[in-house]
Amino acid sequence: MSQLLQFFIWVPLFGFIISLMLPRKNERLISSVTIGTAGINLLAAFSFVTYWFMNDYPVLDVKQFVFYKAHDIEIFLDFYFDKTTAVFSTVGAVLAFLVAVFSKFYIHRDGGFKRFMNNILMFFVAYNLVIFSGNFETLFTGWEILGICSFLLIGFYHDRYLPVRNSLKVISVYRLGDICLILAMWMSHHLWHQNITFINMNDSAAVASLVRDHYMYVVFIGVMILVAAAVKSAQLPFSSWLPRAMEGPTTSSAVFYGSLSVHLGVFLLFRTYPFWESVLAIKISVIAVGLFTAFIASSIAKVQSSVKTQIAYSSITQIGLMFIEVALGWHEVALVHFTANAFLRTYQLLVSPSVLGYMIHDMFFSFTPKKLEVGTSFFSKLKNTVYILCVKEWNLDFLLHRYLWSPFKWIGKALSFISSKAAIVILVIIFSVGFYLNLHPELIPVSISKIVPVVFSFFGIMIILNAFAEKGSALRAWLFVVLGQLFITLSVAMLSDEFGGLQVLIYLSGSMLFAGVGAICLSRIKKIDNNINLDIFHGYSQEQSRIGFIFLIACMGVAGMPLTPTFIGIDILFSNIHTHDYFIIAFTSLSFVFMEICVLRIYARIFLGQYKKATHAMAYRSS
Amino acid sequence: MNDTITLEKKVAKSSIVFDEKHVLQELKHYLPTQTPLKDFIHHNSLHAFQHMKFYDAIFKASKIFGFKVTLQLADFRKMYEDGRIKKEVLDKIINDKKGAEQFLNWKEKLLTKEYSESIFPRVGALRANWKTKHKIDLDTLVQPLLFRVLCSYLDQGISVWDFPQENKGFLNAIKDLEKNSFTSFFKTKRPKKYLEEGLGIKELLKIVVGNEAYYEQYLFDQQFSHRGWSGMISAIESEPNVLLDKRVTSLHDLVVFDLLLEIDALDKQLGNDWEPLCNKINSSPVDLFADAPLTELEEVFKLWQDAFEWSYYDEVLSGIALGKKKQIATPAKTSFQAIFCIDERECSIRRNIESVDPTCETLAAPGFFGVEFYFQPQNAKFYDKLCPAPVFPKYLIKEINAQGERKHELLYTKKNHTFFIGSIITMFYGFISAVKLFLTVFLPKMSPAISNAFIHMDKTATLSIENKDISYRENDLQIGFTIEEMAARVEGLLRGIGMVKNFAPIVYVVGHGSSSANNPHHGAHDCGACSGRPGSVNSRVFAFMTNHPKVRAILSSHGLVIPDTTEFVGGLHDTAADEIEFYDEQQLNSVNEEAHKKNKAAFEDALDLNAKERSRRFASINTKGSLKQTRKAIKDRSVSLFEPRPELGHGTNTLCIIGSRELTKGLFLDRRAFMNSYDYRTDKDATLLTGVMRPIGLVCGGINLEYYFSRVDNHKLGAGTKLPHNVMGLIGVANSADGDLRPGLPLQMIEVHDPVRLLVVVEHYPEAVMKAITITPEIYEWYNNDWVHIIALHPETNKFHYFKNGEFTEYTPLTKEIATIKDMKCFVETAKEMETNHIVDATKENLPVYSLEN
Repeated sequence: MSQLLQFFIWVPLFGFIISLMLPRKNERLISSVTIGTAGINLLAAFSFVTYWFMNDYPVLDVKQFVFYKAHDIEIFLDFYFDKTTAVFSTVGAVLAFLVAVFSKFYIHRDGGFKRFMNNILMFFVAYNLVIFSGNFETLFTGWEILGICSFLLIGFYHDRYLPVRNSLKVISVYRLGDICLILAMWMSHHLWHQNITFINMNDSAAVASLVRDHYMYVVFIGVMILVAAAVKSAQLPFSSWLPRAMEGPTTSSAVFYGSLSVHLGVFLLFRTYPFWESVLAIKISVIAVGLFTAFIASSIAKVQSSVKTQIAYSSITQIGLMFIEVALGWHEVALVHFTANAFLRTYQLLVSPSVLGYMIHDMFFSFTPKKLEVGTSFFSKLKNTVYILCVKEWNLDFLLHRYLWSPFKWIGKALSFISSKAAIVILVIIFSVGFYLNLHPELIPVSISKIVPVVFSFFGIMIILNAFAEKGSALRAWLFVVLGQLFITLSVAMLSDEFGGLQVLIYLSGSMLFAGVGAICLSRIKKIDNNINLDIFHGYSQEQSRIGFIFLIACMGVAGMPLTPTFIGIDILFSNIHTHDYFIIAFTSLSFVFMEICVLRIYARIFLGQYKKATHAMAYRSS
Repeated sequence: MNDTITLEKKVAKSSIVFDEKHVLQELKHYLPTQTPLKDFIHHNSLHAFQHMKFYDAIFKASKIFGFKVTLQLADFRKMYEDGRIKKEVLDKIINDKKGAEQFLNWKEKLLTKEYSESIFPRVGALRANWKTKHKIDLDTLVQPLLFRVLCSYLDQGISVWDFPQENKGFLNAIKDLEKNSFTSFFKTKRPKKYLEEGLGIKELLKIVVGNEAYYEQYLFDQQFSHRGWSGMISAIESEPNVLLDKRVTSLHDLVVFDLLLEIDALDKQLGNDWEPLCNKINSSPVDLFADAPLTELEEVFKLWQDAFEWSYYDEVLSGIALGKKKQIATPAKTSFQAIFCIDERECSIRRNIESVDPTCETLAAPGFFGVEFYFQPQNAKFYDKLCPAPVFPKYLIKEINAQGERKHELLYTKKNHTFFIGSIITMFYGFISAVKLFLTVFLPKMSPAISNAFIHMDKTATLSIENKDISYRENDLQIGFTIEEMAARVEGLLRGIGMVKNFAPIVYVVGHGSSSANNPHHGAHDCGACSGRPGSVNSRVFAFMTNHPKVRAILSSHGLVIPDTTEFVGGLHDTAADEIEFYDEQQLNSVNEEAHKKNKAAFEDALDLNAKERSRRFASINTKGSLKQTRKAIKDRSVSLFEPRPELGHGTNTLCIIGSRELTKGLFLDRRAFMNSYDYRTDKDATLLTGVMRPIGLVCGGINLEYYFSRVDNHKLGAGTKLPHNVMGLIGVANSADGDLRPGLPLQMIEVHDPVRLLVVVEHYPEAVMKAITITPEIYEWYNNDWVHIIALHPETNKFHYFKNGEFTEYTPLTKEIATIKDMKCFVETAKEMETNHIVDATKENLPVYSLEN
């Protein structure tokens, strides 16, 4: 039976690949493939769940593909099935199917019809990867693909300013969650001395001994999981991204941000529950995050005057409650809650445009003027204070920007001196020296051998932060991302003896190839237009959509996103960092956060947004 | 020398005093005037420029605000290649406008010369200096909060917790809230202090801008950076009654708050010590509204647009000339008559009912049928205006004894947003919505969430139409009409459409409305003459009036005799669902009751044909299906939540024909013509014609131009695609959580529209038409400034006389022959689906004119 699990990945993946190859104008064919895929997926989910149920619902686990194996590193896909997966897959399959049919009509004749359907299918792949995953690696793959889907769907109307800005905003926050997941993966690898599967976590004796012996490490993993879940499920303090993600067609907002995608944080908690269940600190943290979020988000929902934003915050409220339910071990309640919330929010979002007609009509008959009062008593003042805070969404958006991103931007800006040509030459020389030293480690005096990798790692993150703050040439920013990555890779290579030949090659082969392709794309644009500075949106996909597409692939490759060889490299890279290499793990993970943000920012600035030549009708920046 | 001129200019400019009142007035003039979406009144999107000639106006607006105002050059060229712009028409226009000598030169410019079509507007340039010089993105820092606060303040019912205020105006509300709370909308101290001190616009501008000469330009830049919200505030200020839950607000308050937020953002970014924007600025202030000569590209556009329009007009005119010759006479004895709205969507239902029952006669009048009043449905807390928007009626009609019950949609309860109750409701409704979702997708049907044209008035209810005691009033409105008032209105309408004799036994008066799901713009599909609402009450009221014996007695005394055997029946046509409902049928006499049964069947058949004809433009409907299947598919569209195009609305409208039905009876005009029945023979001196012409520019011209501009610049003048729209405060739509309101029409409504100005054809002597259009300057402006074309069709010579530069000159169509539709069914079934919704592909199926085989 467990061998059947993989088909939940193959079916949508197959559909996705086919849909990529269909002619753009043939809506009928494209929608048939999408609906067909979703239909098969739905049938499969129903029959499988029934079959599984009749066989006394066992917990299934199967190790599927081993991508890489060396010493204690083994990277493989693993699928898992239990009642949580059963519920998530059924709800997901039903919603995906209904929304696919809905979209066939709704998106009809939109210029991006194919793009939309491709994205929906890619989303199914990602969603199923996450919920069927049996280990962190599989889950992470799905998690990452989901991030890319989100970026593309939020920025679906890429010739307007706000969707593009918000897609960057959302992917940036997502990226934070992704890195937490990598760190959780990294730490658990070191704890278990192998790439663990979720079924390992069910071994309560093993977990108990870990908690006893490595309490802080376990807490670390727990916190990382919680942050990753909070990001994906828009819990505090990350909530403000959710309403801003509602930029695409209503159907995509409904299925992504109303229901499926946003509940994956809850899923992650479900999946890892056996691991942190016995750690009171984590349990309390999860409950605290959920409770706090539910309170704040429900108060924000009450004052929202735009319908989609209001639904977003209502959904966040319910998800907060689900966090609590999971932590308290009320899993059946949480599953029912998830199902209900997913359907309700999807439906509410889909009918949200009707709200105007219905409510006005209703008001026409039942309106009673409300009491008009500001109030001067202490209690009224307190109430008014909360009102203002809720209108401002408790400043969440501002705070996130100010305390999370601005400091890094500030560092990047302060380092702008390294973007001179001379500095680049020096950096290249330093790198070459480092590379040489790595091949001949005997040349490094023992007294500083521990510090050298840290220094290189530090250089790496600084270079990347510089690229992150770059407002000038896109090519230079691109070069810096690549250079920063070389430094980081080198620093990790220095840490480990084995991390020579093959491993460096796997990682760099992908990365450098894509780096080259990306550079070519940017130079092509530079040839057309001398100014490719990053201080404005250029909107080049209007006239150079092909180059834009290739560049996007290059970005994914450089940043090590799924489906590229670099992706596996990242995992290997991290496994080579030991738990005591605090600085290196901090620098490396930070650099992976910013690398992706950097390349996507370059992509967005050059290819998305309003076309700067203003040759055709364009929306106002504010709309 | 140049230097001295600039210097002089500078001196002159800096001596300009900022006149706050005047500038606010100017802003209001140029901002969009669209009111909250519950009332959708079509109007000329560039109304602010209507005092100028069309081309001068649009190109000027383009330079100031960056609008695209015609199609793109490549589109024109492609249409020329496809033959939709005709060679002979283009050649004639270049020859007429540029002379034979310059012909080749201009033709080459039109066809091959390369131009840059980039537009960089004047507005916004000054304020952009914050970004270019000071690296501060004010829009991003200010707008999200500004929109949020405005929307919360104006919100009509989305939020659960209302803005705490005492209806003393927007700025006072902010002030009160700031005073009575422990936090602030502002991040810094200064703006809060300024707010308390009550600093005015001028004082705040002094801080932000510094130099008085730039104040006006800066305010334009600022307000046009979010013209959606500014326009809404300005519209609500001018007409507070457009909100059910009233709010006091003004553009002045918005500007002050905007400036305070700007100061807040600047203080936060730059500290307290920054210099006003224009203290050290090199460029002199720009006169946004300065005239500029047309560029060569604009000349080229002008020629193309003329050629595009005349390629269509010319063919249609030759068709009308042909129709006039054919003269299919109305049968001597008619089975029934039906008066529809002049709306161009009713053009096809008239043709179809005539083809089902060739002995019937159809007519058309503006869909409020000459009766203007407010309507109060039973238990309603408000009144609905049911007449053209500029009219302010003195009458009220109340609905009483309604049997039907208003249904509710549970899922809209606001309780699901709260914490505890919310979670219980979520758990419960979640599973209901799963079922609903399934039904929505696979079995779409009418529900309370869908705007239903037929529930505008309860069919079973009684209406208080007759007023027997003029002291019977409510809120300064007289309830119902007196006999004399009724008679005057009935006579006015009947004479206007030339219906003075040969009454059939039954005369149907059919208003129209439109049902649609998930459509915040549904008001734009309803009857424009009823202020964007269904015309059911009007048709029923009109029928009641004409049936009233005392009214008929007065009419007889005026020589307008309606036989006793003739009865009027009101009705409503749902233009999206293609359904008809009739009112007060039970009051028919027994003979007519029988006839009505038969007629109803005929209407049903006509609706089948109508649905079939409409299906030609809908890709999701199989045009080859049976009539019943097609009809069902059409009906389903109107109740499908997933259908962004329940109907195509006024898309493709281009014509307005004022004259008898004989003119158009043998023609297929593809639902593009407004048609107003009028008989010049009963109105030789054109006294009635002035009344008929009064609403044409405003209503038909307004619709046409709103479609025109939303089409040519769907992003700036239209609302863009509706798929991502988010309903804001029940007053408008925006993209995203932080976007500006988007006035204008969404992409899905204008997709099939050809941006062609309205051509009015009046069957009368040119002198008579001249008299009618010059009656007031407001009416004359539409024609004299070329916003609407007008042609008089001389009833005797059958020659066309085109109005240009204040006079009528003869026009002979170039087109000699028009094609004939032999088989309507086959014609519909072989129609091609559009390849893409790019203008060139999307409008290929917009047909000009065909002759119909009888």
